[in-house]
Amino acid sequence: MNAQLQPTGSAYFIAKETEKPENHTLSVLVDNEPGVLARVIGLFSGRGYNIESLTVSETEHEKHLSRITIVTRGTPHVLEQIKHQLERIVPVHRVVDLTVRSHEFGQERPLERELALVKVAGTGEARVEALRLADAFRASVIDANTEHFIFEITGKGSKIDQFIAIMKPLGLVEICRTGVAALNRGPQGM
Amino acid sequence: MSNGQSERREMTGAEMVVQALKDNGVKHVFGYPGGAVLPIYDEIFQQDEVEHILVRHEQGAGHAAEGYARSTGKAGVMLVTSGPGATNAVTPLQDALMDSIPLVCLTGQVPTSLIGSDAFQECDTVGITRPCTKHNWLVKDVNELAATIHEAFHVATTGRPGPVVVDIPKDVQFAKGFYVPPQMAPRTSYQPKVQGDLERIKAAVELMATARKPIIYSGGGVINSGPEASHLLRELVDLTGFPITSTLMGLGAYPASGKNWLGMLGMHGTYEANMAMHDCDVMICIGARFDDRITGRLTAFSPNSKKIHIDIDPSSINKNVHTEVPIIGDVGRVLEDMVRLWRATAKTDKKALYPWWEQIAKWRARDSLAYKMNNDVIMPQYAIQRLYELTKGMDTYITTEVGQHQMWAAQHYHFEKPNRWMTSGGLGTMGYGLPAALGVQIAHPDALVIDIAGDASVQMTMQEMSAAVQHDAPIKIFILNNQYMGMVRQWQQLLHGNRLSHSYTEAMPDFVKLAEAYGGHGIRCEKPDELDDAIKEMISVRKPVLFDCRVATLANCFPMIPSGKAHNEMLLPDEATDEAVANAIDAKGRELV
Repeated sequence: MNAQLQPTGSAYFIAKETEKPENHTLSVLVDNEPGVLARVIGLFSGRGYNIESLTVSETEHEKHLSRITIVTRGTPHVLEQIKHQLERIVPVHRVVDLTVRSHEFGQERPLERELALVKVAGTGEARVEALRLADAFRASVIDANTEHFIFEITGKGSKIDQFIAIMKPLGLVEICRTGVAALNRGPQGM
Repeated sequence: MSNGQSERREMTGAEMVVQALKDNGVKHVFGYPGGAVLPIYDEIFQQDEVEHILVRHEQGAGHAAEGYARSTGKAGVMLVTSGPGATNAVTPLQDALMDSIPLVCLTGQVPTSLIGSDAFQECDTVGITRPCTKHNWLVKDVNELAATIHEAFHVATTGRPGPVVVDIPKDVQFAKGFYVPPQMAPRTSYQPKVQGDLERIKAAVELMATARKPIIYSGGGVINSGPEASHLLRELVDLTGFPITSTLMGLGAYPASGKNWLGMLGMHGTYEANMAMHDCDVMICIGARFDDRITGRLTAFSPNSKKIHIDIDPSSINKNVHTEVPIIGDVGRVLEDMVRLWRATAKTDKKALYPWWEQIAKWRARDSLAYKMNNDVIMPQYAIQRLYELTKGMDTYITTEVGQHQMWAAQHYHFEKPNRWMTSGGLGTMGYGLPAALGVQIAHPDALVIDIAGDASVQMTMQEMSAAVQHDAPIKIFILNNQYMGMVRQWQQLLHGNRLSHSYTEAMPDFVKLAEAYGGHGIRCEKPDELDDAIKEMISVRKPVLFDCRVATLANCFPMIPSGKAHNEMLLPDEATDEAVANAIDAKGRELV
């Protein structure tokens, strides 16, 4: 046998992965109690799943329910495991793969929006250009003095990526992004 | 469940703990006191309904509670202090998680005002135990304590059972509040599905009726589901005439004397069980999870079969192996429907199964558990065979440690009933067996409880001999002493050019003197012809016994599916020459475990 075989990168009887990884957006409805986010995140790190984006906030105050939106990347097989593993967590009420659901509705993907605050500093021509481009992207100015702007921009992740890329040479200082908030189209809830 | 006098009574948190244990039917608690649980220990002192079993190390308390749970079907309960008490409980918690054992662990915590201040004996117990429990709670309000403990018992014992932790700060134990009795108001987010989908069960029965080379592969889920599930499994096997094999955790659900029994499957399973798994056309997996010790190389696992999988945990379905007919539900409930539907609709064509049984008979004739008898040295397999023959008629419970002795015990000790076999399957915890035996003996004081042990494993929790002596638990520790960590050595022979790095114990204690030092009874046996008398002596002594059974030092455990190989590529004992062992695993397999 060839002793120079590539290490498998993992012990045990691991078969080579043949499925392609996909990005999916999951909505997780949980009891808003101490530690619940740690349980969800710990599950992802402990089982080696990816988190591309994570958004969490209380959505139904009287019922103490929070909604966690996770964008994750994995093969269809792994994505199914993630859903089932999330459902095992005791304070988790429901898990919906919004991406799968949108496919069932004949749509490419769920509605996904992100908000970003973008700080740009500069003077002269760059400053004028930044403001002009912000206008084109429908970003609004929420703070400014003679040397900087803070823009608020909402939209798909790709739009925000593009806006940030454009701002880079114009004096980009820092960015804060909320991560993805997502719902499925249509009248039904999750 | 509710005890009328306890409703809405004002009491301290510590009183609530003891009351909640009583109201959840707890008779025994395994534990170790310390600063942060003193109020609870003070309450335990002042009553006698709940008996406390003092161990010598918190790990021992956990494994004892696991043994107690596994042998009774009830939750095992452990009580430990904060900090090191809680961290020492981590191994049994993970062990219980992997083997689905209902274990309720109560931990003390520093007062709420000191949490986060690096106080003496403080640790983030819920943080540390979050990934090794089914769920855990930190109780900061005494008025939530009783309901939380009741919920903890509910979560531990329902659905797929598992370990839970309730962390109770010391000020909450002192504080006064109102006690609520257990009630059936489980939280809405936790609703395990127990009833299987009838359409799926119908589809399974139809598929089974067409099978010509079927096999039933059952696991620990059958034991967890309760005695009725084992009963139904036997009924299903009788009705269908299908062959049945089982995982390590499932031994005893179907009797080893049953005519359809193929023995255990997997890495050290029998040739007939593994070959039948590989060649079958329909596989019915009942309460097992396609663990890597079972499947061998996944890409070559049972390539031509359609698979039916019954499991209470949806995440077990399609995790490792794709299943054509998944059925989510409690094994007992699903088997009830399955047996009923089979009776109503399917007729067993036992003739059609003849060629399959003939093929199985040929595999069986390979006699894969055979070994060379020796008149001068005790072969480990022989020791277990004699132990089985001399104890099989008795009310016997077997626990094990982890290693070669565990596999030999699984191969050569034959189980007729469920809940008689306690072993650490998933986590593979050396040191499990001795404290587990203590727990089993506390639950079954008149039974014969034997820990089949290895000389290395047993030293990991040896201190619990002292607990056994204190609590008059006459456990028998049957040590297959070969002076090696046998399974480690076996893998070093297979994978690492026979370089036996640190797998030989050069300074072995004198187990006979050790037993006597603890106040137990020591026996040593070195010759095959003295073995029967020595075992009889062990059985007759009403004391904890350390039995130092000196066995062949270099015996290895076969048959075996080497790493990276498939079920039909087993290494059989008569083929396991030194050369075959050295070359059994190729370069690629060496990277696996």
